[in-house]
Amino acid sequence: MDFISDAIVNIGLWLERLLVSAGLAPQAAALVMTIVGTVVVAFFPLLIVVFLIWMYRKASARIGGRLGPNSSGTWAGPGGIVQPIADVIKMFTKEDIRPLGIDPVPYNLAPIIVVASAVMVWAVVPFGKGPRMIGADLGIGLFYIMAFSSASLVAFLMAGWSSNNKYSTVSAFRATAQLLGYEIPQLVAVLCVVVVAGSLRMSAIVDAQQDVILLIALPLPALIFLLASYAEIGSRPFELLECESELVAGYQTEYSGMRWGMFYVGEFMGAVAVSALFATVFLGGWRGPFVDSFPVLGTLWLVLKILFMLLVWTFFQMTLPRLRIDQMLAFNWKFLVPLSLVLLCVLAPLNHWLVRALPGSDYVWARTGILLAANVLVFLGTWAVVAIAERRRTVRPRQVEVSA
Amino acid sequence: MMGVPLAWYLILAAALFCVGLYGVLSRRNAIATVMGVELMLNAVNVNLLAFWRYTEPGGMTGQAFATFVYAVAAAEVAVGLALIVAIYRNRDTVDLDQINLLKW
Amino acid sequence: MTTTILFLLFALVTLAGAIGTVTERKLFHAALWMLLSFFGVAALYVLLEAPFFAAVQLFIYMGAIGILIIFALMLTRGSMREGGPYLNDQWWLVALLAVVLLVVVGWLLWQQYGSVMAVHAVDEGSLVQLGRVLSEQDGYALPFEVASVLLVMALIGAVTIVRER
Repeated sequence: MDFISDAIVNIGLWLERLLVSAGLAPQAAALVMTIVGTVVVAFFPLLIVVFLIWMYRKASARIGGRLGPNSSGTWAGPGGIVQPIADVIKMFTKEDIRPLGIDPVPYNLAPIIVVASAVMVWAVVPFGKGPRMIGADLGIGLFYIMAFSSASLVAFLMAGWSSNNKYSTVSAFRATAQLLGYEIPQLVAVLCVVVVAGSLRMSAIVDAQQDVILLIALPLPALIFLLASYAEIGSRPFELLECESELVAGYQTEYSGMRWGMFYVGEFMGAVAVSALFATVFLGGWRGPFVDSFPVLGTLWLVLKILFMLLVWTFFQMTLPRLRIDQMLAFNWKFLVPLSLVLLCVLAPLNHWLVRALPGSDYVWARTGILLAANVLVFLGTWAVVAIAERRRTVRPRQVEVSA
Repeated sequence: MMGVPLAWYLILAAALFCVGLYGVLSRRNAIATVMGVELMLNAVNVNLLAFWRYTEPGGMTGQAFATFVYAVAAAEVAVGLALIVAIYRNRDTVDLDQINLLKW
Repeated sequence: MTTTILFLLFALVTLAGAIGTVTERKLFHAALWMLLSFFGVAALYVLLEAPFFAAVQLFIYMGAIGILIIFALMLTRGSMREGGPYLNDQWWLVALLAVVLLVVVGWLLWQQYGSVMAVHAVDEGSLVQLGRVLSEQDGYALPFEVASVLLVMALIGAVTIVRER
């Protein structure tokens, strides 16, 4: 019972003991376990992506009044669950068209960087309680994720430029404008969380949600973070990066075969990474009922939360229209950036005062309530400002001079 | 665990600086010059952080200094590239040998 | 031992990137070499136990300055005649100067710091300490504010200079 209650850690320890008893030096055994852990953590998002492809198809079909993957016709498993495997096989066997005049190094490097930065995030996500359930408990955990998602921007420029295609280049510019712009509200919203949780370390942020999840204390930063992250990964309503049914395919136009497959998988992996991040930072990560006595349940709670956020992502993808580029940029620079900065300026001193005045975990609900009230006040204030600005923009009827 | 002597970091920083210097002074394109300047600023940062780590990791002077170098580098690149793009609009070239006279 | 190997590896990557930047004829490739050099420097910062600065390096240099430079390259494309000379007339003098400078400075540094080893382990609170030092009045609060004013000035200035009339 004790073994199962902390199953994953115990399996790891048992493997390490096995290696040591088979003759390996303890450091070598630890190194092998690190490599095994890295491989597991790196394959985890791939597994979730395979499941996500099915879930996305099914959920978006139901939203659209269709059936989605099913077994009428060719057998595709109960409820069409085998369909993603067919998808993956199709992707592997697509023809690899190499256009003339491309720049080989950036052309080949871009999809790799996109997927790599989506996988890198998983190194700091805590899968459960304790230091062995997190890849690397960096002191700068959350900032590391932001830095890598920002460093991967250059991949879109590389993809667009190296394609030797005017439209790809223009799309790469658009993509960069969008991604660069939405980094700011994403970062500032995350800063609000860091201010309330007191640390950049992911395990500390999860620990700070011991009694109440941060979504209740910080709903507005959560919403801003979610929107900005969806803009970063290019999902609707910010899908003008590749406009699946309208533009040719943006910066991905000249990509085919497995390279395009990597962009496609990279998009899903970005969605999974964003969901994992949101689940860890705002929904409490591996925390949940009974997790103190059965730590292995932590991973289950985390996966459930990630799947819930992926459902939210699917809803966003399937029910919202695309924004135009001027709408998207105006939304960012004229609304999200000032709002997130105002939030930070309000929440940081408020939290500072709260931690001094109502310290400890007895007052956690009081602190949460006051932070929530501050969020609601900022939301109402924003609503008021936007309403006043709308009313000011009176539409005067234009006098049209018709020259005789 | 034996570390690396401080001189190795400093010599690496000096090498980066000299490579950046060569890039600044020998390239024709103005943007390549800016790239060389960025290399030099990186070398300065490596220098600062190496000294911070090796002589006084408890104090924060090295890290604070490096923070300001980052801010200044970002500001300088923004304005420098804006100038280059404006010059390109006017003269239709960014070849430094052709824009070294004020008029013409 | 591992530190030495890692240092040599990252130093090699950084220097290869730097040399690629200044010798590459095609500017877009030079920019990519520069990004590689930035990545190498970020790895060196991790080795120097300043992970915050590694992340800042990735964020600012790779994610912002690199992209700015690539944008500027694309906006000034027409002048880039690929066949023409890409070095100016004094390049051999500059190369000589750079090598001499490197040799002299390197020798001086080796003399002075060749035997200085790492002091002691850095404790984990350095990030909190950095934040405190940057915001305390008798710390670096004033230069911090001046730096933010500088950034606003640079922002306004850059937008003003490049604006289409």
